[in-house]
Amino acid sequence: MNFDTLLPVGIVLTSLLAGGFIFLVKEESHVLRGVLNLSGAIVKLLLVGVMIWGVYHGHVYEARWTLAPGLELVLQADALSVLFVTLSSVLWLVTTIYAIGYLEDSPNRSRFFGFFSLCVSATVGIALAGNLLSFVIFYELLTLATYPLVAHRGTAEATRGAKIYLAYTMGGGVLLLIGAIWLHVLTGPVDFVQGGVLSGSAPALEGQLIAIFVLLLAGLGVKSALIPLHGWLPQSMVAPAPVSALLHAVAVVKAGAFGILRVVYDVYGVAYASSLGLLTLLGILASTTILYGSIKALSQDGLKKRLAYSTVSQVSYIALGASILGPIATVGGMVHLVHQGIMKITLFFCAGNYAETLGIHHVSQMDGVGRRMPWTTLAFSVGALGMIGIPPIAGFVTKWYLGLGAVEANAHWVLLILAASSLLNAGYFLPILYRAWFRPPPEVWPAEHLHAGRFETQGTLLWPPVITAALCLIAGLFAAAPFSPLEWAQLIARREHGL
Amino acid sequence: MLDSLALAVTVPLLAALLVTALPGRVQTLGVIGAIATALVSLRVTVQVWQHGSLRSDPGGWGAPLGLALQADGLSAALLAMAALVALAISVYATGYFREGERRLHFWPLWFLLWSALNALLLAADLFNLYVTLELLGLTAVALGALTGQREAVAANLRYLLVGLLGSMTYLLGVVLLYAAYGTLDIGLTGAAIRPGPVASAALVLMTGGLALKAAIFPLHFWLPPAHANAPAPVSAVLSALVVKAAFYLILRLWLDVFGAIVTPAAAGLLGLLGAAAVIWGSWRALRAERLKLLAAYSTLAQIGYLCLFFPLLQATPEGPARDDLLAALVLMAISHGFAKAGLFLAAGLVQHSAGHDRIDELGGTAQHLPATTFTIALAGTTLIGLPPSGSFIGKWILMTGAIATGQWWWILVILIGTLLAAAYVFRVLSRAFNEAPTPRRFVTQASTEVPALLLALTSAVVLGLGAQLLWRLMGFGVVA
Repeated sequence: MNFDTLLPVGIVLTSLLAGGFIFLVKEESHVLRGVLNLSGAIVKLLLVGVMIWGVYHGHVYEARWTLAPGLELVLQADALSVLFVTLSSVLWLVTTIYAIGYLEDSPNRSRFFGFFSLCVSATVGIALAGNLLSFVIFYELLTLATYPLVAHRGTAEATRGAKIYLAYTMGGGVLLLIGAIWLHVLTGPVDFVQGGVLSGSAPALEGQLIAIFVLLLAGLGVKSALIPLHGWLPQSMVAPAPVSALLHAVAVVKAGAFGILRVVYDVYGVAYASSLGLLTLLGILASTTILYGSIKALSQDGLKKRLAYSTVSQVSYIALGASILGPIATVGGMVHLVHQGIMKITLFFCAGNYAETLGIHHVSQMDGVGRRMPWTTLAFSVGALGMIGIPPIAGFVTKWYLGLGAVEANAHWVLLILAASSLLNAGYFLPILYRAWFRPPPEVWPAEHLHAGRFETQGTLLWPPVITAALCLIAGLFAAAPFSPLEWAQLIARREHGL
Repeated sequence: MLDSLALAVTVPLLAALLVTALPGRVQTLGVIGAIATALVSLRVTVQVWQHGSLRSDPGGWGAPLGLALQADGLSAALLAMAALVALAISVYATGYFREGERRLHFWPLWFLLWSALNALLLAADLFNLYVTLELLGLTAVALGALTGQREAVAANLRYLLVGLLGSMTYLLGVVLLYAAYGTLDIGLTGAAIRPGPVASAALVLMTGGLALKAAIFPLHFWLPPAHANAPAPVSAVLSALVVKAAFYLILRLWLDVFGAIVTPAAAGLLGLLGAAAVIWGSWRALRAERLKLLAAYSTLAQIGYLCLFFPLLQATPEGPARDDLLAALVLMAISHGFAKAGLFLAAGLVQHSAGHDRIDELGGTAQHLPATTFTIALAGTTLIGLPPSGSFIGKWILMTGAIATGQWWWILVILIGTLLAAAYVFRVLSRAFNEAPTPRRFVTQASTEVPALLLALTSAVVLGLGAQLLWRLMGFGVVA
């Protein structure tokens, strides 16, 4: 046991232990619970900082634990895992602060924050998983840890949403499991290695490898909401806002997308996957999802539902990036893992603020909300414009690299998809911004809970979206700075493509 | 020197005498007796871990006639499971049978059962196995009928008759073997056995009799009512340990006695019955109206999974792959033991708190009994086979074996069984969430909730992460 082994374990354990203790905390001990929550999140963030530095300098962090002969639980840090770990840890801290404010005086908080921490542990485990078995283990744990969060409110609607969520994710989970075991039987333990491990496989195995890819993709596609497996996502909008924020930006959806990246780049290898024709399949699925999600979003009046369909669409940019052969498209897909996360979490925080402060749940109720809640609406605008791809916000960087990558790979149809999607994004976000800023506010808001004090709403609710909106701007403006998401994605792309 | 194998049988017997003789201190003596029994059982496991298989001959008669006891990795693993599960159930029982006459009846029978179980796991000859099997069955029936309610008595009368029929059938097989080969020792019989009508008849009779006791589909009809109507600690031991004992015997006989004469068709038939049990048991669990009935049907399905291993073991040549399958089989059996005991204990607490265990009316359990709901969730994780439970590792290896031997159809069975299990577990859990007020604390009654929680936690986390210890205990390969 040395530091290089302990670091990845420690990063998983900080939230796991915090979660375990939080379950035992008495409901009324707010302070103790808050301290546990925040200290877990901050310690994790510090450890992640050390890991970023180490991985950048080519350090290897790895922990192995044998479960049974040939079955090993491996935690290791490569550049891609660090990207996802950092995203999760930063957003966990912000979301925890937001959730403490959001759930003030609501019941069952020890249970909520306990599972919330477990959920982050599972996500970080997914990020650090060093082989397919470990990935599957944490992927299933994530399903288990998020179920109580979706069902948290205990209403009939919440129970129903949770049931649908479970049906989809468990179904996907067994397909992923079968694919993983099949691959395990064919090739032995499947470690994630940059550049992939299957490229030298015998031609006779190709048929089986294609079938396995389809199984894995079906399993991962459920969480990343590829159509036709996206049906759970709009239904799980019944969860409290911090959960939606975390589910959409970091945990569940991103776990699926991250898994697709792992399978394409580090199991099959992007060149080999392309030679098997698998990238075409992925590209078609991703493009269809992008357009379908955007079109569905146009007609949603519920704000969270509209955001949910927007997630369906936006997450598939990551898969789209993976489906185009070439380092520049890789950069676009990888960097969107982070960019979509910070933009979408901002939007969900803002939606939560509107609901908690003024009782606004629908787009049609948002007239003039910019005057009542200017900071929240400003943050919302940054997120929305970023999603459309307006420079200098983060989303623009993604679309730029995806477009360049498509040109490089001679896949010009991708440009059409990008253009159509951006138009649709504008079609469902700009009307919201127009209403919020330019329409006159109503006489009374639907249900004003919190009266304006010094700020437009509680500080714990206001600061998180302002911070994440600032991150969206910084990630776009300083895209070329060292340790920016873009720089890091380029590091990954260089390593994946062996440049 | 005291013989550790004999101690594992005699200490619980002594405890049974003590609790009968001193009814005034039955609770204290019960806990002390349980701790002592668990310790002597674990001592055997530790010795097997250190030295490999053990054998002793308390009567001094020697094979082929004697009262020999032996312990190998398989029996040591199950012995350890029995020790820990029974210890947790004992602690729970002190809280559960807090007052009233029933605790006076519970403890002596409980220790007799434990003694019979240990003897069964350690017995080295076929006739002693019969005796322990009979003793185990009788004490189990008596414990099951402890409430004295009409349904319980009726269910257990049926259980008694079925059990007697099962052990008589088994005995017939033993007689055939003895007549043909002149020995009752497991190892000697296994070495002497030759293919032929006598051996085949013995195989069918013994397996059939035991299948009845292990509730292998379609001989399971007696199990759900008997397990669902017993007091919670008794249901736990019936489902987790007693059924498992009969299954252990089938495994022991197929490995050590009939190894040479088992045909792929016979193993395939057992696998097919297992597949039917997985699907039928899970389906009935999903349709069950009561939590304890759900747990009982789920036992049926879990025994089915264990049967699926037989055709794969038959098709896999000696070597690491077969060792993995065997260890995975034991791992699944043990994980189920812990999980099911935890689930039944939790069900008892739900029943106690709500006054019933009708699943549709369990709303708010997550709020009234958070620790117990957690127990149900953890045990459920194991029953579904989700990571990091022991049964996840077991299923992974089971499916690996199915793909590697080309018997992919079992995968479909496992897939359907897993999804059905998820459905029935989450059917309970989704009822638990509602808008009832927040609990003040996580644990309300430590003496009952903590043992149940620990059992479930062991099945869902410890056995999965520590699975490699089982390989070491069973002497398979050197794990790096």
